[in-house]
Amino acid sequence: MKILVCISQVPDTTTRVTFTDNNTKFNTQGVQFIINPYDELALTRALEITEKLGGTVSAITVGLADTEPSIRKALAIGAHDAIRVNAEPIDAFFVAEQIAHYAKNEGFNLIFTGRESIDYNGGMVAGLLGEMLNIPSVNVITAIDIVDGTAHLERDIDGGREKLTATLPCVVSAQKELTEPRIPNMRGIMAARSKPLKVVEPNSGQANTQTTSFELPAPKGACKLIDVADAGKLIDLLHNEAKII
Amino acid sequence: MNIIVFAENQDGSFKKSSFEAVSYAAQIAANHGGQVTAVSIGKIGSDKLAELANYGADAILNYSDAVFNQFTGEAYSKALAHAAKNKGANLIIISNTYSGKTVAPRVAAKLNAGMVSGVISMPETSNGFKVKRSVFSGKSFAEVAINTSIKVLSITPNSFSIVENIKPAAIENMDAGLASSDVNTQTVEIARASGKIPLTEAELVVSGGRGMKGPENWHLIETLADTLGAATACSKPVSDIHWRPHSEHVGQTGITIKPNLYIAIGISGAIQHLAGVSSSKVIVAINKDPEAPFFKAADYGIVGDALEILPKLIDAAKAFKSAS
Repeated sequence: MKILVCISQVPDTTTRVTFTDNNTKFNTQGVQFIINPYDELALTRALEITEKLGGTVSAITVGLADTEPSIRKALAIGAHDAIRVNAEPIDAFFVAEQIAHYAKNEGFNLIFTGRESIDYNGGMVAGLLGEMLNIPSVNVITAIDIVDGTAHLERDIDGGREKLTATLPCVVSAQKELTEPRIPNMRGIMAARSKPLKVVEPNSGQANTQTTSFELPAPKGACKLIDVADAGKLIDLLHNEAKII
Repeated sequence: MNIIVFAENQDGSFKKSSFEAVSYAAQIAANHGGQVTAVSIGKIGSDKLAELANYGADAILNYSDAVFNQFTGEAYSKALAHAAKNKGANLIIISNTYSGKTVAPRVAAKLNAGMVSGVISMPETSNGFKVKRSVFSGKSFAEVAINTSIKVLSITPNSFSIVENIKPAAIENMDAGLASSDVNTQTVEIARASGKIPLTEAELVVSGGRGMKGPENWHLIETLADTLGAATACSKPVSDIHWRPHSEHVGQTGITIKPNLYIAIGISGAIQHLAGVSSSKVIVAINKDPEAPFFKAADYGIVGDALEILPKLIDAAKAFKSAS
């Protein structure tokens, strides 16, 4: 099995989001960056598959030099080699084009992405890659096993679960439950230093969209407290005041 | 603007989110001119198909070949791209459901269209074409410009109202020229909890955290939810320790939801949790700690023990339901 795992670097989940430059840029000051949690699940599951069936796991990211710690971490977790496309990830279309361009002649059997990145929540790269490479894409998977060259999958659907199969090669996007993320150990961190990390320049690609500004949600008004002895009054308030039930 | 809307069905009926999407498209057409074509894919009765005309569709295209009996991103995106070309569409609207998330990027890549997912506003067209979406799992919003001539928007369910707007739309049966060999995924089994409201579509949500003290107390959450007609959800710690399934976990690394009402019971309101629910129209926090951060994000609050308060709420909800 030859597997590619797409990694994106995102702000830590505890980040208080603020903006600079007249609300046009995300304020990275003091922000801790991590591997997108869904990508970490994808990487771990990819490693589990190759440990069982043999093969290699490559990690790819589209990002400038400041994303290098995350891709190094992917190597420390266990990826065999890594690729960084040296470009600002402007939008999902641009990122997918870069990854598709790299992947198209590499003969990957399986490509993983996360379900979405926890910063921009687009959730588009898996589908875009599937289409650009003309292979199936299955989103939001909670289980994957490769049996006799076919992917056996489970995915979340509205209100339930679907079991399905997909031919290889295919693209899948990782959802919680897929596995438990691996934490790099000292040996892995040491080994990562000598693993190949290839930096490639971007293929000319287009960004179809542009984020023009950000805004924070309007602050909430004061919370109306209801006395615990009179808790049932909440239902009345939700009906008569909030008019929501 | 000529608009194509994906009208998704499930178990022989259109989803509520499909009518929201058709209403959204009809509003754009009313503002900017153009035709709205609703596209149904997969088996559905003709009486159901006609319902799409009640919300502003000018035309209805029906793709019902056997290849569409199962949902696949490959086949469904081909049908939508086929419909878009057939109608000369320059805007494609898809609801951001699980199926929508699968199909929309493939449609965008096929049509070389710029796409924005998780859209929560009408397009702003005074200077280009811009829409608002939520980012950082609801911690903030972004305005995004699309600079391609064909555009794909996937809109967040429960963000736009369903507006009745009856039109005399004809139903046209379509053939996208697909064979079963064009599809490389195969459904084996579909399992849906019957009689439960899916969390992603729910207008009302009752959610529990560690303050519930154990899974054995969840019947209280479920009874309150059932009485109100709400879906149930939980916090990350609760799903991590397997009191509840991961599919119920809302928050930054779980599901982001946008119900009309979110009742958080025994959840402190960590920033990651608030991210997933802060777009809810009305938030109720119930927590024994008066300093819990959730009270700062809530519209209504009760300070006290969850297990003591829930029976009172259930009684009041039952009384309210039997009176109404």
